[in-house]
This record gives sequence, C-alpha cells and structure tokens, in this order.
Amino acid sequence: MQLDQDTGLSLTIAQIVQRLKGSSLHSQLERQARISLHRPEIKLESLKEDIKEFLKTSAPAEHIKEPLSYMRKSQGSWEKRILKSLNSMCTELSIPLARKRPANEQKELLNKWNEMGTDEPDLSLFRPVYAPKDFLEVLMNLRNPNYDNGDQPSFRNHLGLIQVPLKIKDIPELKDYFSELDLNAGQLGIDDSTQVPPGWLKCTFFAVLAEQDSAAAQQYVRQGCPTALRAELWALILNISNQSEDILYYEQLKSNVVQHDLLVDSLIYKDVKLTASNDDYYFVFEDYLYQVLLCFSRDTSVLEHFTYNSATPPKSYIRGKLGMEEYAVFYPPNVNFKIFILSVAPLCFLYHEPSKLYQIFREMYVRFFFRLHSISSHPSGIVSLCLLFETLLQTHLPQLFYHLGEIGAQPLRIAFKWMVRAFSGYLATDQLLLLWDRVLGYNSLEILAVLAAAVFAFRAVNLMEVTSLAAAEAVLADLSTLKVMPLLQIFLFATVT
Amino acid sequence: MGTMGHEPVPCTIKSAVTLQVGDVRRELGRPGVVVIDVAFPQPIDLQEMVFKNYYAAFLTMRVQRRRSLNRGTEGPLQWVTCLQDYCLMPNPHTEDCSQDYVCLSRDQMFCDVDHVATMRLILRQPSPVWFNFSIEELRFYAQGQKIPQKGFPSWLSHPSPQEQPANLHEELPNPDKVSSEVQKMWVLTEMLQASQTAARIGRFDVDGCYDINLLSYT
Repeated sequence: MQLDQDTGLSLTIAQIVQRLKGSSLHSQLERQARISLHRPEIKLESLKEDIKEFLKTSAPAEHIKEPLSYMRKSQGSWEKRILKSLNSMCTELSIPLARKRPANEQKELLNKWNEMGTDEPDLSLFRPVYAPKDFLEVLMNLRNPNYDNGDQPSFRNHLGLIQVPLKIKDIPELKDYFSELDLNAGQLGIDDSTQVPPGWLKCTFFAVLAEQDSAAAQQYVRQGCPTALRAELWALILNISNQSEDILYYEQLKSNVVQHDLLVDSLIYKDVKLTASNDDYYFVFEDYLYQVLLCFSRDTSVLEHFTYNSATPPKSYIRGKLGMEEYAVFYPPNVNFKIFILSVAPLCFLYHEPSKLYQIFREMYVRFFFRLHSISSHPSGIVSLCLLFETLLQTHLPQLFYHLGEIGAQPLRIAFKWMVRAFSGYLATDQLLLLWDRVLGYNSLEILAVLAAAVFAFRAVNLMEVTSLAAAEAVLADLSTLKVMPLLQIFLFATVT
Repeated sequence: MGTMGHEPVPCTIKSAVTLQVGDVRRELGRPGVVVIDVAFPQPIDLQEMVFKNYYAAFLTMRVQRRRSLNRGTEGPLQWVTCLQDYCLMPNPHTEDCSQDYVCLSRDQMFCDVDHVATMRLILRQPSPVWFNFSIEELRFYAQGQKIPQKGFPSWLSHPSPQEQPANLHEELPNPDKVSSEVQKMWVLTEMLQASQTAARIGRFDVDGCYDINLLSYT
C-alpha cells in the first residue's frame, strides 16, 4: 500500500496490537491507558466513539482483509462449498453441530483427558470436509475478469497451473531477501555438523535470551537455532510467556471442551487417527494433539485474526432465531484438519506443557499457517507461493518444467501438498524445524516455495526420465533424507541460470 | 487523517474518455490513456482527494484555477499541472496495488491547488494485459471546512507529555487528587455496569443444550 496512509495505518495498528497481545509491553500500555483516563480533558461518555472516529479509515474492512475483489469472491464461494458439505454431513448423520455433554460423559472425558488416544469411537461415517487437491482445483480456476489471458500463448499466459498475475519475487530479489542464507554465512543445519561447533553463534543466542530481545532473536534465527535453545527462542519471537493468566485461559478452554461436544470434534478425532497415529515420528504425540486441537476449535480469541484473514468464520444462529444478529454465534473455522495436525505435531518435540504448546501453536497459526488455506493475494498466501514455485522452476529448469507438463505431471500437482502442510510430515523433523526457523526469522512463508523448487532441481535428472504422473510422484515420494539448508543454498546462490 | 470526519465537496464527474491514436474500431492495441474531467460548482481550495484505483498505473492531474492578481481582481482561468505521472502501480503487469485506496493531499502536489474550478485526471496504463482501467469512488475534501460535531478531542491530536510517576518516598500524594482519580474510576465502572446486558452467560442454553441451526451461508 503506497500513500494510502489511513488504511495502512489502521492495518499496521491492528497488526501491532495482535503482536503485542500478552506481552509485558501490552500490559504497560494498558497501565498507561488507565492512568490517562484520569485526565480531565477526556470525556468518558464519548471515549469509545472518539477513538473510533480518530482511527476510522476510508477503506472498508473487507478491503483490508483482501484488496482484490475477485479473490474475495472466490474465497466466499469456496467457504460456501465447505459449509454445504458440513451441513449435509450434519443432516445425513443426524448429528447436531453442537450439543451439551451430559454430566457423566463430562466426568468421563475429564478423567481420560490425558489419554484420549485410547478411545476408539466409530468414525467410519465421517468423511473429510475437503482434500488438498480440491483446494488446488479452486486455485487453478482463479481468474481475474480484467486480465486478458489471450487465445494465443504469449507472454501474458502463465505456463503453469496458476493464472493470476500476482507480484512475486524473482531470483535476484530472492537472493537479496534471503541474503543471510548466503554461502558465506554460517548456518545451523550445515556448519554444526562439522567437528568444530560454531561457538560464536551460540554466544549470541544466550545474550539475546538474557536480554529478552524479540526483534534480535528474529534476526539471528535466520541462520538457524541451536536445538537446545529453540523452544525458548521461538517463544521469545512469538511473544509467548506462559504466565498464570495464559494457563488459566487454557484451563477455561479445556472446560469448554468437556462441557460441549462439537461436530468438528469427531472430524478432528478421525483426522488425528488417520494422520498422526500412522506416522513414524508423530504417533507418540497423539494425546497432545487432541488436547491442543479440541481446545483450539473453541478459542474465540482466534476470531480476531479474521480482521486480516481473507476468510470469514462460519456463522450460525440459535434455533428459531435465524437472521437475528444478537443470536448469531461463530463456529470453528472449517479447514482440513490434517493441515492443523501436521502444524501442531512438530511443535510437540519442543514444548511439553500443554498450555504453552497450545499458545505457540495458536500464535503460529494466526501469523503464518492460516495463509495456507485461504485465498488471498498476500505474498505469503498459498496462491503467491504456488505462483512463485512455478515461476522459479520455469526459470531455473525450463526443460524439466516443459517435460513434466507434457506428461500430465505438472510440478504444482506434486509440490502443492508439501507447501500446504509447510512440509510437515514429509521432511525429517530436525530438518523441518530448521526450515521453520527461517519462516519465523523472515516472517514469511516464501521459503516453502523456494524449497519446493530446490527439491525438484535436486531430483531433476530422475524426473526427466519419467513418463507419467505416478512415476514422478514415486521419484518425489520420500523427502525424509533431504537436508534443507544445503538444498536452499545451492538453489539460490550456486545455480547458474 | 484529519479530514476523515469531513463531508466531501460536491462535484460533477464526467465519464471517462479513452484516448487512442487512429480509429478506435480498427486499432488492435488497447488504449493506454483515459481522461476523466471533474467540474466543481464552486471553486474550491483542495485539501485532499481520495479514490479507489482500478488497474490504473500512472496518474497525471491538471487543474484549471483562477489566480487572484495583486489588486484583488480575479485573473483568467489557467490550466496547470499539479501531479505528473504519479505511480499507482509499481509493477503494471501484476496485481500489485491494483485495487488499493489512495489518498493524495495538497502537500504532494507540485503547485498551489486553491480556487480550483475544473480538474482533469489523466490515467495511463502501459501494460496491455488489462481489459479496463479507471479510478472509482472519487471524493474531494476542501481546506478550511467547518469541523462537524464529532471533532477530535485535543488529547488525541496532542498527547500530553509523559507524566513522571509520583515518588511516594518523599511525601504522601495529594488527597484531593487521589479522591478525584478514584471518583473517575468509579464513574467508569458504573458506566460499564449500566451498559451490561441483563442476560446471563450461557443464555443460548435451551433445556441444557447448545441448540444451533445449521451453518449460515450469508
């Protein structure tokens, strides 16, 4: 946003408030506000209105969420589709969207709160609300009505699956943006595997933790985090302090779970059983996953991120009061829970206390992961990531790109599921955490697209010989042996274009 | 920022005219220039203009104003350029800033924009990939307009300097000051209590159930 000072200002304010929430700075600001109220010139009656007028912008709220109207429309129709699917599941199976648990059921749930994985409810009738490839189909069909795609192939067509002309970084811009990953800079994930440990890096981190300097931590983490300090550093960057009121909030959510049963709970159960229980690395955390996700689906503070998310939370009305706004309630945002699960699971390696684990996950979700399943023009949104991936591959490896397109194995069809899960469940856990260090450090998800292109570049020789989509998928099926940082460095800084 | 509470100035915005070399019907290329004329019933002293961009890349603005001469007499109407090739889209081939809201104030213009009678907005879009381009929701705000009832309290525009915390070790604080502060806090809590709804939390419980309809599509 250029000189639109008003919209830019209020969006910045909203983002700053979001980041400050729960930090000591926030409580200092609150204290200062309380002191300011004593001043005689402030009229209490008109206080709220005065501040609202002052901060009012000329842009409507929906424009702040997503400036492009055709993307808003597309997001709206995608959401309608999901709601229809959920409603039909509800009526087919005759299960209420929400119900209060009877007392004995509540007691039973409370008793086995720490071992919900031992439960084996019958979930065969539940089906997932949508699969990633359905979402990819929607993204492929995104069109700007004002954009001339043209009948003849020309510079205005994109050769890949994504056909919207979003601004993405090209390779020189990426080299500049990710300059800390350069071959000359020491990286944790490469240089610590040699005999001589990079002691200088570790000293810096201890200093940053002692100072509790969140901005410095974010800067240093671009070169990776030492494993022992990662949990604390991430908590510092995300401004999570796990004070007593946070623990209390988590306990409150837990009691909400015990009291009411939601339809999405069954979907969560099913997805956890399917995803985490069968995964070699994540099956140990099955119980943690239930505890975090069931609470997350009841957390109303998550609703606040919808001011900058292009999505809108589903709404429902109390029976008999359809259309009356004071009887409207919000339902948990409907997503493919596999994505959620795979976002939480790696965090279980770092945090063992449920309330802290919960807060870290929630903060990571409202900062990053929500962009992976809503349609928006944000540079870290999934649409931009897909376009960035396709463009990088096309520029670096045009022959491979063309060959895969010809055999019906368009690269995005394979890379999409990696990016939409932020590579969780595909990379080895230590490599995944090194990747997420950089996501936090750069406050952007663009590195996911760069890594996806780097993986294709790494396996290019094998991929040139395949003749079908299934064969291409087989070549790229196992990423668990890959080392993330060398791949990224070679792709960005050592490949001749 | 300060004009957000003001009313926009009335004006007549004529429909956009595309400029193209040669015959519009036979030319295959897209017209890259669009001109929008705005007429003001009364000459205004422009303070700010706000609009929503729709795929226009560059904006040039010319105003026709009447300069007042030294002896108080009115001079002739003159056209003058007050903005030249102002960039609205840094990358005209991509969506960057294509549908943003833009606010331009008089400080950003090359010259004085007082006594403006007519304005001409010249939009350029050099990229051929867009079917149409224009600007929408055009609103003008004049200088020195009457501030409406909801003006900004001075404490918002001019925050007072930081107060030093009272040093309680030296002396006890002024009892009058303390009592007035406590009174203000009490008024605030009374206001909060008065505006609370009478309904209990959990008011959606119907026979102990959280009874909701299906999810709404609107």
